[in-house]
Amino acid sequence: MTPTYYLLLSALLFSIGAVGVLVRRNAIVVFMCIELMLNAVNLTLVTFSRINGKLDGQVMAFFVMVVAAAEVVVGLAIIMSIFRTRRSASVDDSNLLKY
Amino acid sequence: MLATVLTAQPVPPADKLSAPAIDYGAIMPVLIVLGAACVGVLVEAFLPKHQRWPVQVVLSLATLAGAGIAMAVYLGDESTPKNGVITLAGTLAVDRPALFLWGTLLVLTLGALLLIADRSVEPGGAFVAEAAIRPGTIQDRAQVAGTGMQTEVFPLTLFALGGMMVFTSANDLLTMFIALEVLSLPLYLMCGLARRRRLLSQEAAVKYFLLGAFASAFFLYGLALLYGYAGSVKLADISNAAAGTDRSDALLFGGLGLLVVGLLFKASVGPFHTWTPDVYQGAPTPITAFMAACTKVAAFGGMLRVLQVGFESTSWEWRGVLWGVAIVSMVIGAVLGLTQTDVKRMIAYSSIAHAGFLLIGSIALTDQGLSGTLFYLLTYGFTTLAAFGVISLVRNADGEATHLSQWAGLAKRSPVTAAVFTFILLALAGIPLTSGFVGKFVIFSAALQDGMAPLVVIALIASAVAAFFYLRVIVLMYFSEPAADGPSVTVPGAFTTASITLGVIATLVLGVLPAFALDWAGSGTFAFQ
Repeated sequence: MTPTYYLLLSALLFSIGAVGVLVRRNAIVVFMCIELMLNAVNLTLVTFSRINGKLDGQVMAFFVMVVAAAEVVVGLAIIMSIFRTRRSASVDDSNLLKY
Repeated sequence: MLATVLTAQPVPPADKLSAPAIDYGAIMPVLIVLGAACVGVLVEAFLPKHQRWPVQVVLSLATLAGAGIAMAVYLGDESTPKNGVITLAGTLAVDRPALFLWGTLLVLTLGALLLIADRSVEPGGAFVAEAAIRPGTIQDRAQVAGTGMQTEVFPLTLFALGGMMVFTSANDLLTMFIALEVLSLPLYLMCGLARRRRLLSQEAAVKYFLLGAFASAFFLYGLALLYGYAGSVKLADISNAAAGTDRSDALLFGGLGLLVVGLLFKASVGPFHTWTPDVYQGAPTPITAFMAACTKVAAFGGMLRVLQVGFESTSWEWRGVLWGVAIVSMVIGAVLGLTQTDVKRMIAYSSIAHAGFLLIGSIALTDQGLSGTLFYLLTYGFTTLAAFGVISLVRNADGEATHLSQWAGLAKRSPVTAAVFTFILLALAGIPLTSGFVGKFVIFSAALQDGMAPLVVIALIASAVAAFFYLRVIVLMYFSEPAADGPSVTVPGAFTTASITLGVIATLVLGVLPAFALDWAGSGTFAFQ
């Protein structure tokens, strides 16, 4: 099986994530879609690592995982604080700042 | 059997890993800033609440001074190579543009830190006492009147500064991505920490976080595609690969496109600006000052390096697209700025127009383009810092009075504040004898020399349109009657005064005597290796 399929799969996952960010309302789900995008990138990195015959792509995937974990901490803290205030995690309800 | 196992020599690996050489002198400023940020976290953990503020302020200011001295020592050393060093296994390039940007970031952060530390304009500072307090509750009303403050802001600022410094000197895309996150994550948090108008502040934090994480995912996918194209994420390797490889160009240009989207988002350019007005308005004003001045410097510093080191050889293909982005950014900034009724949002749209001007300098791939953009970043940072410093002074009972109608007749209430803000607005508009004029002049002349005359014409029209909304505020301050229940101008304490003075004097000096800064900005180019 050629590695190209994995590239197509990761591109598909990345697109699903990107579309999810744009169409979903719940901040938690939007955030999960962003995580899906990051993990799609990990798959791309590992596949290219295999194609190139080097290990640095796999090492990069570890870096991405650590960054994603840090992002979860910060992101959930922010979403939590706004949820406690508004009793809603919908991004459409956050509409005080506009124009 | 056991004896043979124990006595058998371990087989040495085929290519032994060796630790990379580290030039400690070159990276000392970054080490100092990040180290002090970690110390700041420990201060939060071990000191009682009432002692934290003075300790954090002294620690942060000493850190900036220490990092500045470390940089001066490195620059003054005879043995420092003129065209920069590349250290830490090729991941950090400490060259003249990087050192210029580090110096700029340190001085601008000093100004922003003084605004953050100020407790004279509002007792307890602009930050919430406890981020966990729910807006609208009894505790929230108590903390508005109290003097407590979430002093984690100081280490967060230092972490963001450290990330920005690494971002401007990152020589490979992975380092750049990590630095991007290190600078962004503290900013997301700091946006949500305003003492008053907590709902707006939290909303700004959520918007900034979700859109920022979305943009960094694009940056990362671009990185992955470029890794597939070049087999490495080092900028120089990507540049070499573009000269001759059998991989598809779709990877190169797809990767570059996604990468640049991530960078343009951070720099709040053109069609990727949508977060800027909301976040600038909702965030606490000292943080807005920090973001507006320093994030712009870092983002354009990184973009200059990516475009000039990594993608200069393919500039034919991508330059047209960035022409379009620069035009869109200038038009959006100038035209939508006209319709704004809030001072902070107006400055936000002004920053989008300025990002367009900066992009013109960044895509002029010449030495003049580089030095002009660096100089413009320096001048714009100081001016915008002073602007937000003044905005934090005009207040009424609810906090800052940012609606434009409340600024009517401000000159009658406080002639000094009105005069200072007028000077800042003239500098943003680019009137001669201010740094804004010199900055625009060097960027536009670099663009002309690089054959971008149509772009310069559009930029001049955009700056004329933008000048209208700056002048409108000046007219409002001087030629309108003040409202009876209008805001008052707080007399600032030492910190805010020092910060505004720093911004205003730098704006004036760089406008009258720009030669020394221009010389420094043009003293060298990116290290290429």
